[in-house]
Amino acid sequence: MGLKSTLHNLKEKYKGTKMAPAFNAIHTFLYLPNETTHNGTHIKVADDLKRTMNTVIMAMVPCLIFGMFNAGYQHYAAFGTPVEFLSWDAFYIGLIKILPLVIVSYGVGLAIEFLFAVIKKHEVEEGYLVTGMLVPLIVPVDTPLWMLAVAVAFGVVIGKEVFGGTGMNILNPALTIRAFLFFAYPTWMSGDKVWVHGAVERANEIAAGAELDAISGETILGGLAQGKDLGYSVADMFYGFIPGSVGETSTLLILLGGLFLIFTKIGSWRIMLSSLMGALVMGLIFNGVVDAGWITESSKFYGLMSTIWWHHLLIGGFAFGTVFMATDPVTASQTNKGKWIYGFLIGFISILIRVFNPAYPEGVMLAILLMNVFAPTIDHYVVQGNVKRRMKRLKVKTA
Amino acid sequence: MGLLSKKDAKLITDPLADNNPITIQVLGICSALAITAELEASIVMSISVLFVLGVGNVVISLMRNIIPSKIRIIVQLIVVATLVIIVDLVLKAFAYELSKTLSVFVGLIITNCIIMGRFEAFALGNGPWRSFLDGIGNAAGYGVILIIVGFFRELLGSGTLLGIPVLGDPIEKTGLYSIGYENNGFMLLSPMALIVVGIIIWVQRTRNKALVEDH
Repeated sequence: MGLKSTLHNLKEKYKGTKMAPAFNAIHTFLYLPNETTHNGTHIKVADDLKRTMNTVIMAMVPCLIFGMFNAGYQHYAAFGTPVEFLSWDAFYIGLIKILPLVIVSYGVGLAIEFLFAVIKKHEVEEGYLVTGMLVPLIVPVDTPLWMLAVAVAFGVVIGKEVFGGTGMNILNPALTIRAFLFFAYPTWMSGDKVWVHGAVERANEIAAGAELDAISGETILGGLAQGKDLGYSVADMFYGFIPGSVGETSTLLILLGGLFLIFTKIGSWRIMLSSLMGALVMGLIFNGVVDAGWITESSKFYGLMSTIWWHHLLIGGFAFGTVFMATDPVTASQTNKGKWIYGFLIGFISILIRVFNPAYPEGVMLAILLMNVFAPTIDHYVVQGNVKRRMKRLKVKTA
Repeated sequence: MGLLSKKDAKLITDPLADNNPITIQVLGICSALAITAELEASIVMSISVLFVLGVGNVVISLMRNIIPSKIRIIVQLIVVATLVIIVDLVLKAFAYELSKTLSVFVGLIITNCIIMGRFEAFALGNGPWRSFLDGIGNAAGYGVILIIVGFFRELLGSGTLLGIPVLGDPIEKTGLYSIGYENNGFMLLSPMALIVVGIIIWVQRTRNKALVEDH
């Protein structure tokens, strides 16, 4: 008996019981559903939720693989024994560090999704497939697995299930998970140790009295917030040979993923473009403030404010957040005009937070969460504005 | 219950569960967010409110027939302010450190909606004994939630209970900390108090479907 028929038999056996959603989900995930609806008028489309989710995951896979190489590359570079970027040594470190993150993220998240589906008696939804892939890409490589598990449980339950599951959530679940980690365990989410594998361990050994050189792997943002220039070239920033969260470093691959999403019409180009514009405008304003001499070099904002305006796109998680998280169709604005406003404000506020709050250099996370909250309000006013405009037109016609 | 009639006993038991001032009426949230980072502060706050609401309800109930209804809010405020000042001074005299932790929130008991709510809704229309029971019951319902929230926030946020380390020493890495456990800093921030209260509300309404509001 093949896997397909086994699954089908299991599904038939548990039909109508409490566990039915769990078996249905496994069956639907691996094979095409064999049910068709029998009444009503239908439109046949190929892009169901499962295909949408899979497209986004495909767009992210290059970032994940690059992240694995980069994790090893940064590790060996920081420890003074640099290796080639595309080498097995580099990939191996990344694989053994990042694969567990992926497994924990999917394991815990899907377990909770299945549990809620069984309790609430609805089918398991595919929403977590993308969240589960986003989460390992936006955390530092050395994040302890139990912390990730706690955060995923929190994010899925409080960020999504309490609102009614996939499609009903107000906040992006992956960012809820990251925000939880950030506020709950700040020492593991910021600073100059967590971004390179092994640096925390080394720091602990030194604290215990071992005579070793301290390893520092600061992100560019973290460095700039303290007024230090870490001396990475623009090419390094663009290709992604820099420390940072697992999947956020390579602007090139994120750009390709973004183009893929736009080409397949999964991601909104309006949000991506307007967010880009928002960030550039804010960057130009800050550069203008520096050029006008309104701020002295002794100011603690000087380092980030004087960063060349378009460099902001290359450093930190801005590109990743804009392409993969701001465009989440559930939590973004739904109207086209709304998407422009929503995206622009994400870019604008990201850079604002980045510059003015050195304690939270990763502004894009907070900016997207903030705009998630405002997205329904933006939509409301866009729709009302449209209604008002058409009412006026109607009055002119009838008068 | 021999001491209390069934109707009187309900005055105490109702606010503890199905008519809880925090989780059902959603009153007194501000203080529940502000002072529950430590269990000790939660307990002291609960006792303070117990005193203010119990005594206040009796005082208002005794005066209910002589208070002109046009100025009743001012009279109620004077009563509650007097009682709160007593609590504040007692705390300053006997538990100075704690009164500094609670800071303005002792004073803000005056504005706690639960207290004015009970004065208005109950003490103005019932006798002193029943008002006393109602005050005790509501204050206890408030206190229970405060203590539950304080318990989880202190345990998960600082790894202590009433200031005593229960999970080991985070600096010496003993107990749970030796296997890599760390305190959850988010628990000490106010948003988490709101989330914990929300979880209590969720659990309570899942167990008792009658409490779920219709839309």
